[in-house]
Amino acid sequence: MPDLGAYTVEVSLAYLGSLGLLGGLTLWVWLRGRRVRADLDLIENRSERNRHG
Amino acid sequence: MIALLLRDLRLAFRAGGGFGLGLGFFLVLAVLVPLGVGSDPRTLALIAPGILWIGALLACLLSLDRMFALDHEDGSLDLLATAPIPLEGVVAVKALAHWLTTGLPLVLMAPLLGVLLNLPGAAYGWLIMSLLLGTPALSVIGAFGAALTVGLKRGGLLLSILVLPLYIPTLIYGAEVVIRGAQGLDTTTPLLLLAGITAGSAAILPFAAALALRVNLR
Amino acid sequence: MSNGSLWEYANPVKFMRLSGQVLPWVAGLAAACVVGGLFWGFFLTPDDFRQGSTVKIIFLHVPAALVAINAWVMMLVASLVWLIRRHHVAALAAKAAAPVGAVMTVIGLFTGAVWGQPMWGTWWVWDPRLTAFLILFLFYLGYIALWSAIEDAETAADLTAVLCLVGTVFAVLSRYAAFFWSQGLHQGASLSLQPGTRMDWAYKAPLYVCMAGFTLLFLALLLAGTRTEIRARRSRALMIRERMAA
Repeated sequence: MPDLGAYTVEVSLAYLGSLGLLGGLTLWVWLRGRRVRADLDLIENRSERNRHG
Repeated sequence: MIALLLRDLRLAFRAGGGFGLGLGFFLVLAVLVPLGVGSDPRTLALIAPGILWIGALLACLLSLDRMFALDHEDGSLDLLATAPIPLEGVVAVKALAHWLTTGLPLVLMAPLLGVLLNLPGAAYGWLIMSLLLGTPALSVIGAFGAALTVGLKRGGLLLSILVLPLYIPTLIYGAEVVIRGAQGLDTTTPLLLLAGITAGSAAILPFAAALALRVNLR
Repeated sequence: MSNGSLWEYANPVKFMRLSGQVLPWVAGLAAACVVGGLFWGFFLTPDDFRQGSTVKIIFLHVPAALVAINAWVMMLVASLVWLIRRHHVAALAAKAAAPVGAVMTVIGLFTGAVWGQPMWGTWWVWDPRLTAFLILFLFYLGYIALWSAIEDAETAADLTAVLCLVGTVFAVLSRYAAFFWSQGLHQGASLSLQPGTRMDWAYKAPLYVCMAGFTLLFLALLLAGTRTEIRARRSRALMIRERMAA
């Protein structure tokens, strides 16, 4: 941990807050991507089965 | 086109047409502000230009969602879209009707509310001038927002989120004219910029609005 | 269009194949640059003689602002491509870019506020630059709100594209208006931090790494988001087909 002097609170706040926002955004994009992909797989399998069965 | 304008005006003035609603809102706002910020004449004089302009903005916004919504519901918008006059012209006429029934009364009423808010004497002329030049832009920009949201069930709230940011330049220059006028400074630059915004909006936005309407009627 | 022009990648199938191959690399590079650049900036840069350690905030602030503005520019280009050439990938890419741009705008504003607190003595000041940025955020909100309000995919793509074009014009007008407005009230600009002017390489090098990192991160999130939107649209199409068949 570097010595941030008088501005320890501000600088850590900026880094923690921004990293939190970036992480949250990435997580949101990723989770939404996973959910949509799972949904699509489900539907594709179902329609595939319907066509053959 | 003139027939369309007259029809729109008649509809607006009829009971339930919404005429006067914006004016009433404008008045209520001007009464609420001193109640909220205190009755100190100097404070009021300081914020009066901004309050009057923001009041005009919000009063304009209030009647926007019915600009196309009623015609959309009863199907006359489809007729207008296939009519010989271009849809861009329809939009322009509708915006003009909106301005005549909302913007122009606001311009006429603003000086009275200026008295309530202790607007400095030198600013009255500039207030009327800036509102006269600026409110047409509010109507045209509003027509664009109304065209975007015409098909939506609850478009009113969305409309305000879409339209209010578009009002920012008009608000800045319009209020600046009045502020400078109140201080006896030169108002030429903001006045010209305000006129530019209005002219530019009136020239371009009917096309964007007509495009949006065509998409919504598809 | 044929023979290997850029437009081929606007085809959803081709886009999915290519983006699937590229995405892991972009994401990995983005992670490396962001983590590396911020680590460099946070741990390995000296304090500024005037700003103290708050100078380290620049490694977040400037890249976020850069991406926030360029994300909108990218949305504008994608909207134009959609309106003129009707490539669905372009419309969906614009949709996917908006939340990323909005978050970057928030980061820019937030880090600016945290930097401003010790430097200017206030969290927020109506400096024209800050004001213009806040207005940009409002435009992002409106754009995202319009996307989520309209059910029909094609209508939503058309209307948001038109809003993006008109919004761009008004965002630029607002920026100039904000500069005019603030000038009219007080002497602002002296407060602004001017990056790049006589900045030491000790700061410049990690800053460039962070800028590259944030841009790559935007690209990665954009690709991932666009893939998600394409899949969501395919799901919807399949579901409608099922319902028709039943």
